[in-house]
Amino acid sequence: MAEPHVLLIEDEPNITEAIRFILTRAGWRVSALANGSEALARIEAEQPDAVILDLMLPGMSGLEILTHLRAQARTARLPVLMLTARGQGRDREAAERAGASAFLAKPFANGDVLDCLQRITATESARNA
Amino acid sequence: MARSALTGTRVRERRTALRLKQADLARAVGISPAYLNLIEHNRRRVGDPLLEKLAAALGVDVVALSEGAEGALFDGLREAAAAEAAVSASELERIEEFVGRFPGWAAVVAGRQARVGALERVVESYAERMAQDPFVLDSLHEVISAVTSLRSTAAILVEADDIEPVWRARFLATIQQESVRLSDTAEALVGYLDEVEEAETGLSSPQEQVEAWLEACNWHLPELESATRPVHESLIDGVPELASGAARALALAHIARAQADARALPLPAMIEALAALGPDPAALAARFGVPMGAVFRRLATLPPDLDGVPRMGLVVCDASGTLTLRRPAPGFALPRFGAACPLWPLYEALSRPMQPIRSLVDMAGRLPQRFLTYAFCQPSHPAGFDGPVLMEAMMLILPAPRHGDDAEAERAVTSIRRIGSSCRICPRADCAGRREPSILAER
Repeated sequence: MAEPHVLLIEDEPNITEAIRFILTRAGWRVSALANGSEALARIEAEQPDAVILDLMLPGMSGLEILTHLRAQARTARLPVLMLTARGQGRDREAAERAGASAFLAKPFANGDVLDCLQRITATESARNA
Repeated sequence: MARSALTGTRVRERRTALRLKQADLARAVGISPAYLNLIEHNRRRVGDPLLEKLAAALGVDVVALSEGAEGALFDGLREAAAAEAAVSASELERIEEFVGRFPGWAAVVAGRQARVGALERVVESYAERMAQDPFVLDSLHEVISAVTSLRSTAAILVEADDIEPVWRARFLATIQQESVRLSDTAEALVGYLDEVEEAETGLSSPQEQVEAWLEACNWHLPELESATRPVHESLIDGVPELASGAARALALAHIARAQADARALPLPAMIEALAALGPDPAALAARFGVPMGAVFRRLATLPPDLDGVPRMGLVVCDASGTLTLRRPAPGFALPRFGAACPLWPLYEALSRPMQPIRSLVDMAGRLPQRFLTYAFCQPSHPAGFDGPVLMEAMMLILPAPRHGDDAEAERAVTSIRRIGSSCRICPRADCAGRREPSILAER
């Protein structure tokens, strides 16, 4: 079976590197992008199994990207794990309204990234089964 | 009749001033000296008939004995009691007795309560302002990013014991790099907060109060759209943001100007013109035959929910460069105090009166953002030929057109200016216009 593919959209290179390392070791194929403006084109081109999306991105914000994804039939149910800042309740509420599958507040424990990602992709797989 | 808690005290004061003995006064009004003693020490309430007799015997009007200026004192004590669950209802009922017997202590408690209330308002105001401060928000984002990276990287090094040497070296370098970043950000934040503390002398300036009021109104006053007569005072009655007389005077001046602008550029016609011409101030000024400044102000104070019209920021300055109005645009950081970036097109307009300047600008920040700006400077001669010439420059700030949205604007603007908010918090190290070192390093 092919390894699952996640697209990580995060503008902090060190955070990207750490997440890439954790997920790769857990059997994921990880591609990464550091700005929001190319996100929709990359998702369309790569068709990942899940997306990890930072809220604050240059070019186009995570919220805008999520709103676009949910408005299109092909990506309306794509599992999206949103990264928000701890304590920013309003951001979290906005992401919830926009249709995020799950949230993770920064700073996070490494295991939580993997758990969240597996949970949201398993939920979507079960729905499709 | 309103009965004051200090009626007994006034009876006693008046009696001793007349050198009347307690027994004589008691006899004159038909009560026992012991009962009068209780009244004079505010331990017994005085009914209306007895009060009238006492007033007649003491040669004063009833009102002089019954009414005092201690209403505020009672209000203060009730507020203090409301803030503390420890005061029971039965004790609250005896508030008049407390004031009567211990007026000094009562004044201390009420005074402390008033002070606590004032300090709470100050804290609230600071908290609100800090939550909106672009530098503080950016710094907090930096801290969270650095800590996230540190936590994840350190956990990898501790938990994964079979990391290849090349990865181990990279992660160690990350920890070093993020530690330095965290330390620099913390240092800059502490320095900035020290400066804020030194620069802030009061709650807020009159201009900030006016801007806070306009922000609360979404920068639009619908009452001005259809008013045929001046509506000045009624609009600012009881507005909490306008705490000072100076702020209210500035607010009235703003209202008068906004009402004149609304008359010159009626909303329905403005909406129609915007649909046909877009938010181009020169084209709108030509269509309506009004000065450019009126169009700038009108565009920045349109109703917030107009379809297809972006929220526009506006800054206005006088000939000294002092910002006299600051309507923020999302992502365009305006300095809260001190001078702004000298490279703003606003200041170029100030040096080239009557010449419209359209520019694309990149605002420095953690996430640099691009804006389309229109700047214009209008001289005026309020004192005629012999008076000084006054300059007022304005800059309208719009989101940069997305590629293809506004082809004309894109063609007209040949270069993009790199600007900032103010030197102190601008990270552009190579800026020719820098006045003073930044507390930030360019990333």
